[in-house]
Amino acid sequence: MNNIWTIAKREYDNYFNSPLAYVVMLAILLPLGIYFTLILLFSSQNALMGGGTAPDTLQINWLFIFLMVFLAPAITMRLISDEARMGTLELMLTAPVKDFEFVAGKWLGAMMFVLTAALVTLIFPIVLNNFVSPGLDWKTVISSYIGLILVASAMLALGVGISAIFSNQFAAFFVTLGLFFFLWFFVNMPAGLIPESSDLLNYLSMSYHFSQNINRGSMTLAGITYYLSLTALGLFIGTTAIEIRRWR
Amino acid sequence: MIKVSGLTKDYGARRAVHNLNFNANKGEIVGFLGPNGAGKTTTMRILTGYMPPSDGEAIVAGYDVVEESLEVRKRVGYLPETVPLYTDMVVFDYLKYMGDLRRLPDVEDRVDEVLDMVGLLDRAQGYIGNLSKGMRQRVGLAQALLHSPEVLILDEPTIGLDPNQVVEVRELIREIGKEKTVLLSTHLLNEAQNLCDRVLIINKGKIVAEDTTENLQARLLGAERVVVKVRGDGDQLADTIKEVKGVRKVETLDDGAVEFEFASGKDLRPEVAKQVIKTGYDLLELRPLGMSLEEIFIELTSNDGKKK
Repeated sequence: MNNIWTIAKREYDNYFNSPLAYVVMLAILLPLGIYFTLILLFSSQNALMGGGTAPDTLQINWLFIFLMVFLAPAITMRLISDEARMGTLELMLTAPVKDFEFVAGKWLGAMMFVLTAALVTLIFPIVLNNFVSPGLDWKTVISSYIGLILVASAMLALGVGISAIFSNQFAAFFVTLGLFFFLWFFVNMPAGLIPESSDLLNYLSMSYHFSQNINRGSMTLAGITYYLSLTALGLFIGTTAIEIRRWR
Repeated sequence: MIKVSGLTKDYGARRAVHNLNFNANKGEIVGFLGPNGAGKTTTMRILTGYMPPSDGEAIVAGYDVVEESLEVRKRVGYLPETVPLYTDMVVFDYLKYMGDLRRLPDVEDRVDEVLDMVGLLDRAQGYIGNLSKGMRQRVGLAQALLHSPEVLILDEPTIGLDPNQVVEVRELIREIGKEKTVLLSTHLLNEAQNLCDRVLIINKGKIVAEDTTENLQARLLGAERVVVKVRGDGDQLADTIKEVKGVRKVETLDDGAVEFEFASGKDLRPEVAKQVIKTGYDLLELRPLGMSLEEIFIELTSNDGKKK
């Protein structure tokens, strides 16, 4: 456990050495900020005209996760592939660190980076809470944030796993992006066409559990299991890829 | 401290290391000598727990490299050939990170200590990316020394260093070698001569010779070759040299210089010099030819051939 933390901490610090991290941070926070402003504008206009519904921040968390489909691959792409390219992987694999600890440390570092962004977004519900009466439904907000963390965890673990397979960060990026596209947009597309299998297809969708349940305040066991399983799968892929590298 | 038996490594169909057997004891510096692609790096990678062997067994610091890889890695300091480093990190932070992964107590003091050992204390706060090749080499060495390992495995530790640094690093290795086991690879014969108690010569994945440095030298240097150069036309030079008793294999080179050989232990250079001057040539150069690694290989392989 100690090693995981040591590696995560270095990785987290390292993010702030690279311009990419700031670009990613900006690419998350800027659209969210604009979206939040728009929500405030529209709902206040609606309120003036005596109509509309009370605004909430759930849409912002949804947008956060949607942006993550594109940005998480950029956050994870170089985590292990770049160590392989630079040769520092040899250093890590001859240090007294288990392969799993190395992969998990990388994942945790990426998680901490995304959590930092998520922490900044907490400002939106806090601000909004002052504008709406009788205040926000905090239970839903918390459920939404737990969902956000779960989805991010799954995405980053898969990204780290794929990064361990490649020695080229762009290859890792595109494969990760392709996988996320599939799991987010395409996997449950035929659900409407084949109603018999729609339950299964929806279950496999990365967006379904978050959008339909967790982000609406219902923490379903299916959703939690799904994201945790993907996290475990990603870390397993990463650890296996490292082991295979050793044998090659 | 290092015990290798029957070690074999295949990369697909290619056999990189073939049935290697050797030992290295405490307080011994063992040199791994061989051309590129001989299997030195592969062997070292197996000993450091980076990759498992295809066959055979290696015990390092009392632990099996496959079964107890983590225990081995705790006790081994390793400087890979390519000196991989996080170029975007500060020297001190990098070493502290590696020390943290090894759970060293008082890691910051220890980092200062090893930086002092490798003479980089004044660059502790600089980025690794801004360091010269030689300095990076020393950062890599500092990393290998960080946890005072029982076994030190150094892949080409002096490559890319300037002559002064080479001397310093060799001094450092010699110092460490008094108490620890050091296995280092090199393709420089003089480095092996000057640093190692024992040399293993490896070629095409096999050990072709193993002996103490002195023995190896004596065995290989059965004869010494010398080049002679004179001013002007040296047409008759070869004949002049041939007149000296004991001179063998006299050859005229393209540039008019002449090369000859004599049995080692009986230096014929003064006689040759006298003879050349007596004949009326202006002697410009009389230079012994060191035996290069390639020649040793040719020597070793041809000896093998004769035995068979």
